[in-house]
Amino acid sequence: MLKITDLKVNYGGIEAVKGITFEVPEKSIVTLIGANGAGKSTTLRAISGLVKPGQGNIEFLGEEITGKTPEAIVKRGITLVPEGRKIFPDLTVCENLKIGAYLRKDKLDDDINWVYDLFPRLRERSWQMGGTLSGGEQQMLAVGRALMSRPKVMMMDEPSLGLAPIVVRGIFDIIREINKQGITILLIEQNANMALQTADIGYVMETGRITLTGSGKDLLVNDAVKAAYLGA
Amino acid sequence: MSTKKKLIYTIAALAALFIILTLCEQLLPASSMLFIVLKKGAIYALVAVSMNLVNGFTGLFSLGQAGFMLIGAYTYAIFTIPLKEHAAVYQYFDGGIIQFTVPILVALVMAGLAAAIFAFLIGLPVLRLKSDYLAIATLGFAEIIRAFFQWDAFGPVTNASNLLRKFPTFDTVYFPFIVSGICIAVIVLLINSSYGRAFKAIRDDEIAAEAMGINLAKHKQMSFTISSFFAGIGGALLAMYQTTVQAGAFKSSMTYELLLIVVIGGLGSVSGSVLASFLFIAASEWWLRFLDTDTYIGAFKVPLLGSGFRMVVFSVIIMIVVLFYRQGIMGDKEFSFGAFGDIRRFFRKRFGRKEVTK
Repeated sequence: MLKITDLKVNYGGIEAVKGITFEVPEKSIVTLIGANGAGKSTTLRAISGLVKPGQGNIEFLGEEITGKTPEAIVKRGITLVPEGRKIFPDLTVCENLKIGAYLRKDKLDDDINWVYDLFPRLRERSWQMGGTLSGGEQQMLAVGRALMSRPKVMMMDEPSLGLAPIVVRGIFDIIREINKQGITILLIEQNANMALQTADIGYVMETGRITLTGSGKDLLVNDAVKAAYLGA
Repeated sequence: MSTKKKLIYTIAALAALFIILTLCEQLLPASSMLFIVLKKGAIYALVAVSMNLVNGFTGLFSLGQAGFMLIGAYTYAIFTIPLKEHAAVYQYFDGGIIQFTVPILVALVMAGLAAAIFAFLIGLPVLRLKSDYLAIATLGFAEIIRAFFQWDAFGPVTNASNLLRKFPTFDTVYFPFIVSGICIAVIVLLINSSYGRAFKAIRDDEIAAEAMGINLAKHKQMSFTISSFFAGIGGALLAMYQTTVQAGAFKSSMTYELLLIVVIGGLGSVSGSVLASFLFIAASEWWLRFLDTDTYIGAFKVPLLGSGFRMVVFSVIIMIVVLFYRQGIMGDKEFSFGAFGDIRRFFRKRFGRKEVTK
């Protein structure tokens, strides 16, 4: 569904991504894991159009989307849940969700209800300012906001960042639930354990390159991955 | 609170305002300071709200407001000075080269459009800048515009550094109230639309807004241009209020006054800007006037009172307001009729417990 070929991205004079190739099949959960500075976030930012790739190809549903604007890419059905959540603190929960659907011109009531059904906590806090939510609730809001654009692919940048383990488990349950409803997920994580347990396919990134590929379960028992990311 | 109830309250409040204004018109002498406050306050309210649209709602630190007001004021004046007065007004420039006039309301819209066109052109390069750099660039443009309008080469149009006068003005307080009211209502509608929501999203977090598919450049440009449109109309109203226009009056200190009003009222609050502009004008033009005059009690001259002391006291008051209301008078809240209900409930809870428990 999403096909990345030989992608290179320069970031402030440094080549952060040095030619990676991978694929995200339809209705799957794919994860990129790796340490800080491996180039995971940069890859997502390049796909979502926030940074221009230096070289390479990004293909979505057979159409080349390399170097298109974020607006065009969101319109085609790829949405990013940014790192650190980045909800809009001075907008209400409901307004945050409506912003997620900014490029759509049709009725939003059904979608808002759908998100509220996924995250009942958000319904209770519909009129609260986004900034007053707890970290976990903010992550729910960030996911809900992304869902409002009715994405085909949802890309998530470190959804577990700074959250308590029990909250992280809840977030991953939601990710699986959303995937079951037919949305493809591209997930990047430092929490390799949770990510690999959830994912169908895993890629390990190191300093701008993909060094290992396999199904989530295989990578979980891979010795190199264990030593580097799982602390075993 | 239901929308129907809200509508009724709003109409009632507007009617009350109209009655109060009419009473003032009928009962008070035309020279009353209250009229100055009402007229200038209404005009400043419009410009402050337009400035709030950019600074408070879109998060762009722009200081070009005086420049856009100047463009509006000149556009209005140039196209409304009656032809028979041209010889007198443009005495150094052979009666000027613009030999036609347009009706007042058309000229008002033209004033807004002229300011908006300038803002659009300036915005193309300048809106790529962030925070302080944007402020400096817009301030610089406002100053350049002021210099250009005083340039001799433009004399046949702008009358160079001479006054433009004898254009149609208003006598009653209704005119500035109605024009400002309509313009502010349009801005409020814009803020409550999905565009307004996008502006606020950009203010809160540019990267997240962009990731949601909001085109940053387009929306910033839109907010900046619309804000300048209304600043232009505000400038035209100010020209009518002052009865003369001279580019030298639109100094950057005017922008600072407006910025002060916006900050005191609350960044991101339309009602705050409106409230603050009336308070600001009242305090600076009226309530503190006595500080500027030498006062004697018997043979004793009250110390400190004298020309210029007003501004000292005024500055201290502003500092106190800013210290105690960090977010401005209204914060980013808006006035609502629901608030009255809250106050009533609060008092009932406090003082009328029996009544509630029964």
